[in-house]
Amino acid sequence: MSSVAILAPGRRRIRWSRVVIYSIMIAFLLFFLLPVYLLLITSFKSFDQVSLSRMWDLPTRFSLESFDRAWNGGEGVIGMRGSFWNSVQLVVPATVISCILGSLNGYVLSKWRFPGSETLFTLILFGMFIPYQSVLVPLVEVLREIRLYATIPGLILVHVVYGIPITTLIFRNYYATVPNELVEAGKIDGADFFGIYRHVMLPLSAPGFVVVAIWQFTSIWNEFLFGLIITNDPQLRPVTVALQNLSGSQFTQWNVQMAGALLVALPPLLVYIFLGKYFLRGLLAGSLKG
Amino acid sequence: MRQAKTLSAHPARRVRWMHRDRAIALAMIAPSALAIAVFVYGFIGWTAYISMTDWRGLTMSTSFVGFDNYLTIFNTGRFQTNIRNLIVFTAFFLASCLVIGLLLAVLVDSRIRAEGFFRSVYIFPMALSFIVTGVVWQWLFAPGNWPNDPTGINLLFKQSGLGFLQAAWTTDTNVVPGWRIEGVRTRIGIPMAMIPVVVAAVWQMSGFVMAMYLAGLRGIPEEIKEAARVDGATEWQVFRTITLPMLQPITLSAVIILGHISLKIFDLIVTMTGGAPGNNTEVPGLYMYEITFKANKFAEGAAVAMVMLVVVALLVAPYLIYNRRTEVER
Repeated sequence: MSSVAILAPGRRRIRWSRVVIYSIMIAFLLFFLLPVYLLLITSFKSFDQVSLSRMWDLPTRFSLESFDRAWNGGEGVIGMRGSFWNSVQLVVPATVISCILGSLNGYVLSKWRFPGSETLFTLILFGMFIPYQSVLVPLVEVLREIRLYATIPGLILVHVVYGIPITTLIFRNYYATVPNELVEAGKIDGADFFGIYRHVMLPLSAPGFVVVAIWQFTSIWNEFLFGLIITNDPQLRPVTVALQNLSGSQFTQWNVQMAGALLVALPPLLVYIFLGKYFLRGLLAGSLKG
Repeated sequence: MRQAKTLSAHPARRVRWMHRDRAIALAMIAPSALAIAVFVYGFIGWTAYISMTDWRGLTMSTSFVGFDNYLTIFNTGRFQTNIRNLIVFTAFFLASCLVIGLLLAVLVDSRIRAEGFFRSVYIFPMALSFIVTGVVWQWLFAPGNWPNDPTGINLLFKQSGLGFLQAAWTTDTNVVPGWRIEGVRTRIGIPMAMIPVVVAAVWQMSGFVMAMYLAGLRGIPEEIKEAARVDGATEWQVFRTITLPMLQPITLSAVIILGHISLKIFDLIVTMTGGAPGNNTEVPGLYMYEITFKANKFAEGAAVAMVMLVVVALLVAPYLIYNRRTEVER
């Protein structure tokens, strides 16, 4: 023992600190995975296996009954199939339009600055911090007036408009890394506003578009307040509102709720798993310049 | 200045082109600027106006009552309770996220195995909706008939021999210490039912803080730390005097981001507790929704919304303006 300690005096100490580090990290790992474990085991249990006193036990038999009920409905549960389709119809166009607007705004605010453009940018940015409660009532009034209240296009409009600040921010900061010399060279070659956009900026924009598309996709998919207020028609509910209704129903069928939660979580989770790098970049872009 | 030089350096035809492009640039950003002007600033002005009318019920009213609605809400016990809850939630949420986020970032950064795996697991809740988080944690914290017939986390404690840790969680009506002060219509203290909500929120957001700190840590040049070590500084001294000060801008950003999320928190609380027990976990975001869209007290709801806006603006506006200044200097 002692001879080992003499031979490698530093080693023992370092190894102990490693033990502490890994213990803390694994403890947090368990904390982060505990809800996932519960979600998975519960949603794969059949109805006759659901018992509160054995809620932490693994399912004795693998079953998709809960998913069937959560998706198709039945016995006091409104299925989420319809709202899933609503969310898709909402998220796809809103994301595409957001990307186009954000890209154009970012291009103007980084390469075509004009007097007051920085002030305009700051004023636009503020829009992403406001509590949406402070615009809800006028928003509903205006949407009613233009006949878009309680419609999917209305919800698309809302998400596109309130997405302008973040999409503009990400694209502006992204385009700021494109050297101005490239733009100047384009001008000298006689390219106009769109020529430079088309031939200089767009070919370099792919990562920017991926980051913004992922950001808008996940945040619109996950959004709740606008969905709740603007689609008071149960037929038009997005998934988050449907899930909240599922959990608020009279009879608490935990396995159906967990299956529903898993279904809602799945699309953004897949994005995170396969495009995590870009997802993270969007997250960090949301924290301004850091 | 630079622009003027470029313009004079080119023939007249080019100058006209530049002007045309400038006009196109303005035209391209105009729709977004207009949308923000109307949907953000116009609507806020409109809400401010509503908050000074006596609009109750379904037909709009335009009779002006000044700041009466603000006085009314601040004098109700319910809104005072909301504010207490929001302060408690924000304080615990921010402190926990910052501490856990920094701790995890330092650990992940300390040359460990499977670093990518740990990092991915810590961050994944950020991809989820607060509604999903709320639904799952609501069940985890459902206390059941404890201590004998518990559910959720209480059952887990009981099964692993930690039965003494069982608690009422989201059904706990206690406010600790629950002082009563003359003129204040709510009990001062920590509403215990708020703790599970904070845990769920921290579960969702602390990985994000870790990611921010991790980006910051990776930006600190190793040479500076190495120089300090050569001068005989211990690891703790290096952390205290070099790492922490260099992470300060990250902490500021994190406080702004977490702070504005916290002050607006709505969906997580709707799903986890709905504001119960009593109004022990209700926050202004939820209160505004309830009194506006369920009780049709539009003017009072607008006043609550304006209070929320002012609080968020006090947090965010100085930061945005400061950021702009430093940007221009660059």
